Amino acid sequence: MKTDLVIEKPSSKAHGEWRKMELAGYWALRFTLVLVLFILGVIVFDIVSKGAGVINWEFLSQPPRVGMTEGGIFPAIVGTFYVTLITIAFAVPLGVGAAIYLNEYAVQGRFTRLVRMSLRNLAGVPSIVFGLFGMAVFVKFFGFGPSLIAAGFTLGLLTLPVTVTAAEEALITVPRAYRAGSFALGATRWQVVRTVVLPRALPGILTGTILGLARAAGETAPILATGAAFFLPHLPDSIRSQFMALPYHLFIMATQHHSISQVRPIAYGTALVLLLLVCILNLAAVLLRKRYRDRVAKGL
Amino acid sequence: MVKLNTRNIKRENETAVGYLNNLDEGQTENMENGYSEVKVEGLNFFYGSKQALFNVDIMVEEKGVAALIGPSGCGKSTFLRVLNRMNDLIPGTRLEGRVTVHGEDIYDPATDVVKLRKKVGMVFQQPNPFPKSIFDNIAYGPRIDGQKNKAVLSEIVEESLKGAALWDEVKDRLHEPALALSGGQQQRLCIARALAVQPRILLMDEPTSAIDPIATQRIEDLIRDLCTDYTIIIVTHNMQQAARISDNTGFFLQGEMVEWGKTSQLFTKPEDQRTEDYITGRFG
Ligand SMILES: Nc1ncnc2c1ncn2[C@@H]1O[C@H](COP(=O)(O)OP(=O)(O)OP(=O)(O)O)[C@@H](O)[C@H]1O
Ligand SMILES: [Mg+2]
Repeated sequence: MKTDLVIEKPSSKAHGEWRKMELAGYWALRFTLVLVLFILGVIVFDIVSKGAGVINWEFLSQPPRVGMTEGGIFPAIVGTFYVTLITIAFAVPLGVGAAIYLNEYAVQGRFTRLVRMSLRNLAGVPSIVFGLFGMAVFVKFFGFGPSLIAAGFTLGLLTLPVTVTAAEEALITVPRAYRAGSFALGATRWQVVRTVVLPRALPGILTGTILGLARAAGETAPILATGAAFFLPHLPDSIRSQFMALPYHLFIMATQHHSISQVRPIAYGTALVLLLLVCILNLAAVLLRKRYRDRVAKGL
Repeated sequence: MVKLNTRNIKRENETAVGYLNNLDEGQTENMENGYSEVKVEGLNFFYGSKQALFNVDIMVEEKGVAALIGPSGCGKSTFLRVLNRMNDLIPGTRLEGRVTVHGEDIYDPATDVVKLRKKVGMVFQQPNPFPKSIFDNIAYGPRIDGQKNKAVLSEIVEESLKGAALWDEVKDRLHEPALALSGGQQQRLCIARALAVQPRILLMDEPTSAIDPIATQRIEDLIRDLCTDYTIIIVTHNMQQAARISDNTGFFLQGEMVEWGKTSQLFTKPEDQRTEDYITGRFG
């Protein structure tokens, strides 16, 4: 359980030299926090103030028009939604399965340590490297071509370390006594996992997975060469289609468009939509975690 | 409440021997007339390269209570886990010797561990109900066994809770979380959960060490009741408890079974000097 640290302002009644130091340290640290909050506030304010004006029903429901200087971002929203679904379909079963094997079946030792270390390192690999790998493997080798499926799988690979780690953490928090109790009643290992471990770990797994997805949904580099398109006149109609996506659209509008300053508001509107999307996903994770805590507190 | 409490304290204060004299009559009838429920021959047990049990021999008869006593770290829990192969779950363990339950070699490669654990139930030191309802806890064993019929499950739940003397306290709240019960109730729930899979043998590893004296007494009474139908092997740190509830006692010391015999015998006329030293409190 988390312990609450109560940080008190040093008493002004205190005597001696250390008091000045203590006060200086207190204010310096307090200042860094204020600064961080200020920077975050400026970013959010900048995006909201410049983006809110363009967001309306038309912006959300129409495709770009007139050389992408007018209209909305509907295809990009749909594309991001689709590619995220494919990411889920790829990363969740694979990541959760691997975590279950690693935590419940594998004999803990040098091998499992090596796997965990590799996963941790994989999580630090720049996303553009995943993009390159996805292009080589999914687009070329498997012959998917630039498509939703190639991009979704690439994003799935990107989130895999996060998913596996989050799932493992959730599995580890399930008390050993539950497993022992279940085994002692004659349960097989899979029965133990299915009836005792997973129900208890599932909310934690989902929370971690959603946070991973929120990150993937905002990535540009991995989809750049695996399926995201600059502009498409129609929505993707199969998993082999190319697609428009919010982060890529933002990238285009911010850096690649022929009249950047003219489309700046659209870029900000896109940024705001993307921000909201990520916020919604994070909020879902928070709510899920809260429900899970309540359930644990109630003992069910 | 107060009355119960004083009674309990009195029980704690009475000597082990006093108990035995009361218990002795009629308690021996379970012995000698059956074949060995559990038979262990030349058991050596290893955690990696560290040996935890040395050449243990023991024969437990059908029904009745067998108590295992001994100082901390002497291998009591290890021995108990040998009997339902829970040690299999600890990597790097190894075993030599022969362990038979009801005539079957349980370490034979052909043994079905799942079946064995259904036959040899276990109750742990810390009550460990699942984070599920009372009903779902008891129905857990039958359900993983494939029992889906609601009526059958309800009957099993009722019978098991009655068997563990918990039914009256929980019959109106079967669908509430098991973790909302008191520690003593949780432990009886765990006993009921074990009974629901219809074991022959119940292993209990210090089942009362985490609960209060009144709850302890209820569980001791329950153990005496259950031992007419089940063979119970209990590890306890409390020598009075061993004397109160067991028919046979085994004394472990540093991985060796120093002495094994009738509880009355072991506590009054121990054969081994080390046993005597231990039960008279000269070390431990
Ligand atoms: N999982 C394990 N891995 C390695 N060694 C272990 C393990 N469990 C127990 N041991 C060792 O085996 C020996 C016997 O332990 P065991 O738990 O069986 O003793 P015990 O008599 O039950 O003690 P206590 O009364 O404290 O519960 C001890 O030396 C202990 O350190
Ligand atoms: Mg022990």
